Amino acid sequence: MIKLETFLIVSAILFSLGIYIIIARKNVIAILMGVELILNAASLNFVAFNKYSVPTSFSGQMFSVFIIVLAACEAVVAFAIVMSMYKNFKDINADSATTMKE
Amino acid sequence: MKEFIIHYAHIILLFPLLGFIINGLVGKFLQDAFGKSICGIIASLMVCASFALSLGIFCTLSELDPRSRLFTITLFDWINVGNLHTSISFLFDPLTSVMLLIISGVGFLIHIYAIGYMHHDSSTWRFFAFFNLFIFMMLELVIADNVFLMFLGWEGVGLCSYLLIGFWYKDKANVIAGNKAFIVNRIGDLGFIIGVFLLFWAIGSQGIWTLNFAELKEYSYLLENLYLGNINVVTIICLCFFFGACGKSAQIPLYVWLPDAMAGPTPVSALIHAATMVTAGIYMVTRLSFLFILSPVALGVIAITGAVTAVFAATIGFAQNDIKKILAYSTVSQLGYMFLALGVGAFSAGIFHVMTHAFFKALLFMGAGSIILGMHHEQDITKMGGLRKKMRWTYYTFLVATIALLGIFPLSGFFSKDQILWSVFSSPYGSKSLWLLGVFGAGLTSFYMIRLVTLTFFGRHHHTDKAHDTLHEVHESPKVIIIPLVILAMLSVIGGFVGVPHIFGGSNILQVYLSPVIADAELNHYPMITEVGLMLVVFMCVLGFAYGAYYLYSRKPSRRAKLIERFSFPYKVISRKYFVDEIYQHLFVNNIMRTMRFMARFDMVVVDGLVNFAAFLTRIGAYGNSWIDKVFVDGLVNGIATVIGSLGSRLRKIQTGYIQDYVYVLFASIIFILLFRFMIA
Repeated sequence: MIKLETFLIVSAILFSLGIYIIIARKNVIAILMGVELILNAASLNFVAFNKYSVPTSFSGQMFSVFIIVLAACEAVVAFAIVMSMYKNFKDINADSATTMKE
Repeated sequence: MKEFIIHYAHIILLFPLLGFIINGLVGKFLQDAFGKSICGIIASLMVCASFALSLGIFCTLSELDPRSRLFTITLFDWINVGNLHTSISFLFDPLTSVMLLIISGVGFLIHIYAIGYMHHDSSTWRFFAFFNLFIFMMLELVIADNVFLMFLGWEGVGLCSYLLIGFWYKDKANVIAGNKAFIVNRIGDLGFIIGVFLLFWAIGSQGIWTLNFAELKEYSYLLENLYLGNINVVTIICLCFFFGACGKSAQIPLYVWLPDAMAGPTPVSALIHAATMVTAGIYMVTRLSFLFILSPVALGVIAITGAVTAVFAATIGFAQNDIKKILAYSTVSQLGYMFLALGVGAFSAGIFHVMTHAFFKALLFMGAGSIILGMHHEQDITKMGGLRKKMRWTYYTFLVATIALLGIFPLSGFFSKDQILWSVFSSPYGSKSLWLLGVFGAGLTSFYMIRLVTLTFFGRHHHTDKAHDTLHEVHESPKVIIIPLVILAMLSVIGGFVGVPHIFGGSNILQVYLSPVIADAELNHYPMITEVGLMLVVFMCVLGFAYGAYYLYSRKPSRRAKLIERFSFPYKVISRKYFVDEIYQHLFVNNIMRTMRFMARFDMVVVDGLVNFAAFLTRIGAYGNSWIDKVFVDGLVNGIATVIGSLGSRLRKIQTGYIQDYVYVLFASIIFILLFRFMIA
């Protein structure tokens, strides 16, 4: 049997990779991919904790399903934003969208 | 009607005031729109209304019981300070009503005369505005029921006199004459107002704080035994009031303004400087007769001043050549007679002479004005002569007035002058020497008047130079001037019959009418033959001097030249008016001017220096202040602003606007907090 810690370590690695991508990459689509990684790390945690603490219930899995749906919605909205950003700036570099600052 | 007058008699003041306001505010437009006569007509109508009301007041008073012939009208409180409670209130009694009739009646005639006289002037509206204002002030003076209100009118008539003497203000001499009249009157007013203060203080010290005539009369006995040092207070008060009267009524030593006041238009001389304003002093003394009767000393001073003025002014009249100046000295002299009457306690005789004098002296001035118009503004009598045929109406009326002034039976002047002289002779306050002075003055009067009439109307035209012969251009004046002359001439003839003495079977109506108001001194009794004898003496004296003048100026002019040569020094003194103006100039005016110049220099150097130095110090201080303000106060404020600004501009660099920087900081902080927590745990 795989231990709970193994799941948590995998999930922590995923989360850290997501953070790193968000901080390091300039490309908006790459940043979105980092966000997806963080979401997946979270849903992995939900499923793992559900399995090891209350095996008879499925609430952890239900949360994961919600997170996946949420991620899909988010991707739709985010890509719409990316499209309009590209229209305005001819570019999908996060640093170039600075008009709000002024 | 009677009820109306008793309650609303004070609207007598309203008419002339209304005339003043109309002429003063819109007179110029009226004059331009309706011609020059309109202003005069408005003014005359207003005075006519006042005259009608005066008649009404007179009739109303006559119907009342002789002992209660009096009513007062109180309008409102005027001054309420401390113990002084004065109100605007008016007193109507026989004395007032006689004065009202004289002022508004003679005033009305002179207003009509002035319409003709001022016809060629360009600003008749201004003239009639001042004229109506004068009538207003004069009426106010005589109906005032307390000393303060009387003083208001007293000052008001002085103001109008000043305005009208300087009416032709483009000629500097007229303005100077106006100033002289105003300033000399001011000196007299000082006496008047000190008298008011003393009177108020004296009667107040007896517990009665009042200036009301009726109350003063009631309580005047309280003052009788009041002394200031060794001098009776009443004497001081009376002398102060008399000094004021000297100024207004042109007595020695303050008479000098009246001859100069002839610079004004002739109607002004007739109304203000002969008939009405100059008698204000006599009215005032008569109104306060209850005080004067308490002080034999003051009465004596008044009698002597009056007698001396009567003779003194008459002698100056001898050698004057300006027709109006002669009449002015005559006025001074006649006012002296009035004061002589007051001084011997014959107050009603004084008022009687005020009345008759108003008739014939106004008439003389108006006649003189008519001559001046006819002679094309020539006033020198030596350049006249033979006017008798050219100006018939003026001649006859002037002659009537002259005879009235000389006091020849039965014209008005006879009765009033006779009553004065008889009172001087027989009153306990009078004396034989004063009587002699009075008779001598009457003789002198007849001399200068006959001289005037002879030189003006008789003989041939004196101007021999044919090129300047204006006689053939002399013309009689228009009807608007002649009619008032004729009316006044009739009044001069019959005016005396209100005061027929007892020995002619008369019953001195005026004296009886005035008796509730005026306390005349009781006359000593003499046999009837004495009175008739004295009358004859006066008459002979007058005739003698008259013949002398006629002889010297008409029959034998050569004698006159010799006589003048022989008495050249006295003649010169008289013709230079006793050098009184020069003496006053030297004694008072020059010293005052010197003091004034010194004060002016003191003001410029010391006072202005102090002020400028203070200003200089203030400016230095202000410069210091502004420096402190700029450097420290502004520095502090600007410093704070600069510090905050630079801080802000540095801090805003934290806000990069890059989302990844924020996320980086966010997670770095989380990690930091977690590490921190684990290390403590």
